[in-house]
Amino acid sequence: MLVEFAMMHAWLVPLLPALAFLLIVFLTRPFEKLSSAITVGAMAISCVIAIFAAYGIFTNHEYANQPLVYAAKWLSLGSSGSADSLLVQVGVQLDPVSAMMMVMVSFIATFIFLYSVGYMKGDPGYSVFFSYLSLFGASMLLLVISSNLLQMFVAWELVGLCSYLLIGFYTHKISAREAAKKAFVTCRVADFGLLLGLLALQITFHTLDLVELGNRIQHFGTYGVSIGMLTLIAVLVFIGPIGKSGQFPLHVWLPDAMEGPTPVSALIHAATMVVAGVYLVGRTMFLFHEVEPAMQLVAVTGGFTALFAASIALTQREIKRILAYSTVSQLGYMMLALGVGSLGAGMFHMWTHAFFKALMFLGAGSVLTALHHKADVWEMGGLIKKMPITGWTFVIGGLAIAGIPPFAGFWSKDEILSTTLAEGHYVLFAMAAITAFLTAFYMWRMIFLAFFGAEKPENHPQESPWTMTVPLLVLAVGAIGAGWLGTPWHNLWAEWIYFGHPLHEAANYPVMLLSIVLAVGGIYLAYTMYLKDVQKRRAQRMAAWFGPVHRMLYNKYYIDELYLWFNHALVDGAARLFYLFDIYVVDGIVNGIGAIARTSGDGLRVFQTGRLQNYALIFFLGVLAVAVLVTLTGHDAFSQVLGGVK
Amino acid sequence: MINSIYSVLAFYGLATVIVVAAILVVLMRNIMHSVLFLAVTFIAMAGMFLLLDADFLAAVQILVYAGAVCIMLVFAIMVIRRTDMAETNLFNRQVLAGVGLTVLTLALGTIFGGRTAWTQLVTHEAVPKNTVQYIGAFMLSKYVIPFEVAALLLLVALVGAIVLARDEEVKDNAGTDDYS
Amino acid sequence: MPELTITLNHFVVLSAILFCIGLFGVFTKRNAVAVLICIELMLNAVNINLVAFSKFITPGLFIGQIFSIFVITVAAAEVGVGLAIIIAIYRNRLNVDLDNFDWLKW
Repeated sequence: MLVEFAMMHAWLVPLLPALAFLLIVFLTRPFEKLSSAITVGAMAISCVIAIFAAYGIFTNHEYANQPLVYAAKWLSLGSSGSADSLLVQVGVQLDPVSAMMMVMVSFIATFIFLYSVGYMKGDPGYSVFFSYLSLFGASMLLLVISSNLLQMFVAWELVGLCSYLLIGFYTHKISAREAAKKAFVTCRVADFGLLLGLLALQITFHTLDLVELGNRIQHFGTYGVSIGMLTLIAVLVFIGPIGKSGQFPLHVWLPDAMEGPTPVSALIHAATMVVAGVYLVGRTMFLFHEVEPAMQLVAVTGGFTALFAASIALTQREIKRILAYSTVSQLGYMMLALGVGSLGAGMFHMWTHAFFKALMFLGAGSVLTALHHKADVWEMGGLIKKMPITGWTFVIGGLAIAGIPPFAGFWSKDEILSTTLAEGHYVLFAMAAITAFLTAFYMWRMIFLAFFGAEKPENHPQESPWTMTVPLLVLAVGAIGAGWLGTPWHNLWAEWIYFGHPLHEAANYPVMLLSIVLAVGGIYLAYTMYLKDVQKRRAQRMAAWFGPVHRMLYNKYYIDELYLWFNHALVDGAARLFYLFDIYVVDGIVNGIGAIARTSGDGLRVFQTGRLQNYALIFFLGVLAVAVLVTLTGHDAFSQVLGGVK
Repeated sequence: MINSIYSVLAFYGLATVIVVAAILVVLMRNIMHSVLFLAVTFIAMAGMFLLLDADFLAAVQILVYAGAVCIMLVFAIMVIRRTDMAETNLFNRQVLAGVGLTVLTLALGTIFGGRTAWTQLVTHEAVPKNTVQYIGAFMLSKYVIPFEVAALLLLVALVGAIVLARDEEVKDNAGTDDYS
Repeated sequence: MPELTITLNHFVVLSAILFCIGLFGVFTKRNAVAVLICIELMLNAVNINLVAFSKFITPGLFIGQIFSIFVITVAAAEVGVGLAIIIAIYRNRLNVDLDNFDWLKW
């Protein structure tokens, strides 16, 4: 009964947080406690509904191939049925992928919201923050359950808007404002590509409905679409996820997004916004599946981003920045998995990553609160003694992301590695393996520096309140156990979430072993460099040896500078050109028109004497002229009236 | 068709009087003289109406124009205070342009009027005698609505003229008196 | 003796001459009262036309004559209102010389 209800009313899942948003904005803004309670409550109810709906999906195998879709007409243009008509629907599509996402997003969001209750205490914009959070959750959930790409795009943009609002939440901080703008503009650039892709899909296939589109794309030839055209569409669609999911080269906004409050970072980087891109690629897998080059592009972008971001993370000093680059890197993993054709592996990594990354961000937030927003990991140390819950949950997260069995990250990462190898992408496999090693290294570098080692006397850390630690504990459980759904021996996950047909790799023990060795090796290296022999200052000496490389990594490959230079050279140059054009051509035309009016006015004002009789004279002259004109050239009737000269 | 010798003579005589008097109206430098020649024009016009078998109109012309309008104009001139009446009716600076335009209009008017084939339209029926009874009947039957509208127009003009010409009353100053 | 016949054209020409005299006065007289007088001349020229047409074309219907009566009515009203306006202007400006009135611009 309940399950039935939840499945048929899955639209409530995004609606409740949206209502919470409206309620807070219009009614309860002055009441901070109430506002936060509404936010958390609405999301918790959504989470319950989502869980029930997901239960319904995951107990009936039919839904794996035949999603549950119900939709209402939003708008239609043109006569229905004709080729150029436009029918847009809003609806809900429930299948294992969206049900999993729905549960993941609402579950993690609930705990992040709960965490925010403690974290944002005393902030002047408390209620506003919660209203934004609600809207953010609502948009993301809407995106997840969309049955239609246009609806998804609307939600996609809403998510972008919310991330803008939340990243720039500390409006008094210039860096926050800049970061918000950067995020928004970068995503806009990407969204433009996505929008073009969606338009092309609508024009060529006359629908944006996911199921219908999937059916039609299988026979794209009958719609007069060449394989080249389809590739172009796929690439355009993929540009959106590149921006939203922080793939190279549009990843630059994501680390800067750390300027927002930490729960926002957790929300953006773990559960919601950034995975939207991965999710979109997953949803439109039917499109990418048809065109091999697009798949290659996805895989290479993912693999490169993973390695690229991991290498940057090696040298960063701020705790949230390290986490941000690790997120970029992990998103690269997910893209890689999708690109090699394994929807299941990509989604699985998203699932596990959501837990341990949310956990680590919230842990970082807890640390920052305790240290009054001192973010440099070199200035921390020994925190685990004063903040045991934060510390140990963080360690769990670190183990998970490094890929130590039986923690969650191991299973999903292993799935990706073995799939990549099985599909024959050896270079990508090598990149992913190196990334795994680097990930373990930089994560544990951070953990050793921040939580172990000598305590810094100037710090007076304290454990955070229960609203912050409870989410940590819950997420830690997830970080341990979320991966057990997809062990190679009994892969529940792959039975449900796949594209086309269930893809199940048998347990690949060499890969597993390699994965473990790399993770342990990374952790051990970090241990020797940053904890055991930290006095030997090996890290500093290494940085000195690899001076240029280190500087390059520390400065993030100068990508931001490159963009800045590009901006200055090309955009500003073009702008100057347009400015000149505007000054001399456009303004010239406009001023010329004005000058014509002015000079003609100067000339004609002679006639405007202000004297009645003068006017009468001119007026009568006009009457005569008209009379003559009409008489000589006009209609017979006029010439009759005026004397019949003709 | 008017072809008795008396009628022809009367037409030319009246026409001469009308035109000469009208020209004098325009040319006089004293506004009072202008009005006097205007009255002459009006009276000659009434004669012209008689020639055109419009006896009632002739009477109206005398009564309204030569009587009322001229008297009213004289009154207006008298209301407007002047020390010297001699140079009251001068030309402005666009005489040349006025002459040009007037001559042009006259030329066009005579050309158009002269070239129109009026003879095709002319009938040879005589105008009934005693036009008053016919006009009266028409006025109160076929043209009753214009008649009423004209009556209303006159009323409105009367009220409007009074409102415009009346001295603005001195505003009530009783209030300030109370405070003084 | 055809040359001693008065036709409709005679009246039309007479009317045109009178109209033009009035028109000339309207354009050139400085005194506002004179302008009003000249407008009366023009209206009278129209009346001649109307009555002549009435006599020569529709003698039994009296259209022209009745129209003339209306014209006279309107002219009387116009003179009344016009003089009232002139007096009002005079009261405000102590002058009815149209050359001094050039406010009919922006």
